[in-house]
Amino acid sequence: MMKLLHKKKNMTKTEKAMFKYKKMRKNRKSKFQGTMINPSRFHVSQLKFLLILIPFLIVTLLPLIYIISHAFKPLDELYAYPPRIFASRITFDNFQNLFLAASQTGVHFARYLFNSIISSASVIFLSILIGSLAAYSFSFLKYRVKKTLFTLNQIAIMIVPVAISVPRFIVMNSLGITNTIFAHIIPLLAMPVGVFLMKQFMDQVPRELYEASVIDGANKWQIYLKVVMPLVKPALATVAILAFQNSWNNIETSDLYVNSEALKTLPYYFSTLTMGTSAIAAQGMSAAASLIMFLPNILLFIILQNSVMNTMAYSGIK
Amino acid sequence: MMTSQALQARPVKKKFNTSYLFALPYMVVFFTLVVILIVISVVLSLTYYDTINFPTWIGLDNYVALFTQDTDFMQYALPTTIKYALIIGPGSYGLSFLMAWILSQITHKLRTLIAIILYSPSLTNGVLMSVIWKVVFSGDTRGYLNYYLLTLGIINEPIQWLQNSDMIFGIMIFVGIWSSMSVGFLAMLSGILNINKDLYEAAYVDGMKSRWQEIFYITIPSMKPQMLFGAVMAIVGTFNASGLASALSGSVPPPQFAGWLIVDHMNDYGFARYEMGYASAMSVILLIIVLSFNKISHKLFGEKK
Repeated sequence: MMKLLHKKKNMTKTEKAMFKYKKMRKNRKSKFQGTMINPSRFHVSQLKFLLILIPFLIVTLLPLIYIISHAFKPLDELYAYPPRIFASRITFDNFQNLFLAASQTGVHFARYLFNSIISSASVIFLSILIGSLAAYSFSFLKYRVKKTLFTLNQIAIMIVPVAISVPRFIVMNSLGITNTIFAHIIPLLAMPVGVFLMKQFMDQVPRELYEASVIDGANKWQIYLKVVMPLVKPALATVAILAFQNSWNNIETSDLYVNSEALKTLPYYFSTLTMGTSAIAAQGMSAAASLIMFLPNILLFIILQNSVMNTMAYSGIK
Repeated sequence: MMTSQALQARPVKKKFNTSYLFALPYMVVFFTLVVILIVISVVLSLTYYDTINFPTWIGLDNYVALFTQDTDFMQYALPTTIKYALIIGPGSYGLSFLMAWILSQITHKLRTLIAIILYSPSLTNGVLMSVIWKVVFSGDTRGYLNYYLLTLGIINEPIQWLQNSDMIFGIMIFVGIWSSMSVGFLAMLSGILNINKDLYEAAYVDGMKSRWQEIFYITIPSMKPQMLFGAVMAIVGTFNASGLASALSGSVPPPQFAGWLIVDHMNDYGFARYEMGYASAMSVILLIIVLSFNKISHKLFGEKK
């Protein structure tokens, strides 16, 4: 370093200018090339990004790996000291315990599973149905209060569901659907984000297509069913995923609006098993339960991730 | 004759606009379970209501009590919620953007894989996960974190992670950030990937010098709508948290009201004591806080009209 400075001091003016010029040229050579967004092939320059990602990936993955291995650990390994992340002997005891413990509540495990599947499937189907109809009307049709309704829906995206749990409790009780399967379904059908995403996606469908269909004599319903719906499948898939997440993980309904044990769902049953107990056997069971809750979610996402990314391209709020 | 008849018939014959029928089913659900709920919240917050007797009008008493007498609210719930939101909100949002930006610069297959991994914690069930966190952060030497810290010689004796209020809050922040890469993250990733590449080239010709300039002059301005969507999702995700501290410490309220959020306080009054009017007042305050956070993000990323 010192040597370099010394050298610089003794330079003549020309040398200095030369130095400056060379430095400039050198800089130009290494001049910033612009980010390679979405590169098509691997390049060594991408390694630094992967290096930054590694610690984040470890922190993200460790708890997930831990759930998976814990779910398959036999009881003696759950007790083991020192604690180990990976199971050395794999058993399905924890899953079996989950199924067996259900009979103590007087309700078979399959019943909870059945309730969960029925309510999730209904939520997916109905929220896509009524949501896409509304989105279609927002995007293609003309009527007087359309803009106001859409703005209202957009504001509602920001309303945090837990913030209105108290009035929801009151309304749910006065609707007369408590203690029925509908209590699992109806509160989750109002999904402003789903309607918003579908509407944004529909906005990309060329208007000429709609006009052409009108000229061909199709009515609004036919255009909705035969023209628009097939074109917005990615958005429907995305909303299906979001609706499934809401419904599959929902504990609130079983907790507040359903008294009959036979009408409660899987996550609620799991939470009663594992909440408040610190018994080590419960750890294995709750890991198994977490895994059962997590797997359908992640599988659905992996299968449909392309559609989700496609929909997200139009998710912007202006 | 004919024309006057036609003229008379016209108002009757006027075609009924069926367009809004498409929105009707959704709007019925939406109004019943979102819009009306907010109205009810506001109205009930001005009453005393115990779910058995008809609500009695008490004006602003609930709010006065909340701000002047309820020390648990003023000392713990309100400041903790704001502190939590100010850390988790921008923290998870910034991290989502950073991850999305990094991911946009690697190849498609690898990006998809890593995006799925980063997204997966947001799919876990918070209530069930709290049992897992309890084991990881257990206060004895059996706790995974304690065990590894002890083995690595970083600490000399086990740390009581779940009994100390600062530690509980810290764990809440960690868990919150861990599970925060959700839809907003995907939206931002997709937003970055869809920016027109010519923009970068043009800026490069115009003398853009660094990645930082690129981020602030090209990337963010070109994906403002996605940035806003991501911000809204981050806010919703942040304020939707509840009950974690109680689940971790195993007591309601947790020791020294650690991590006691407005939502917890509200649920305590609403569903444990059935003071619905009072709980509604808290729900209104929470909504005001949420909407003001949203207002800020709209200011930052919304299109100026």
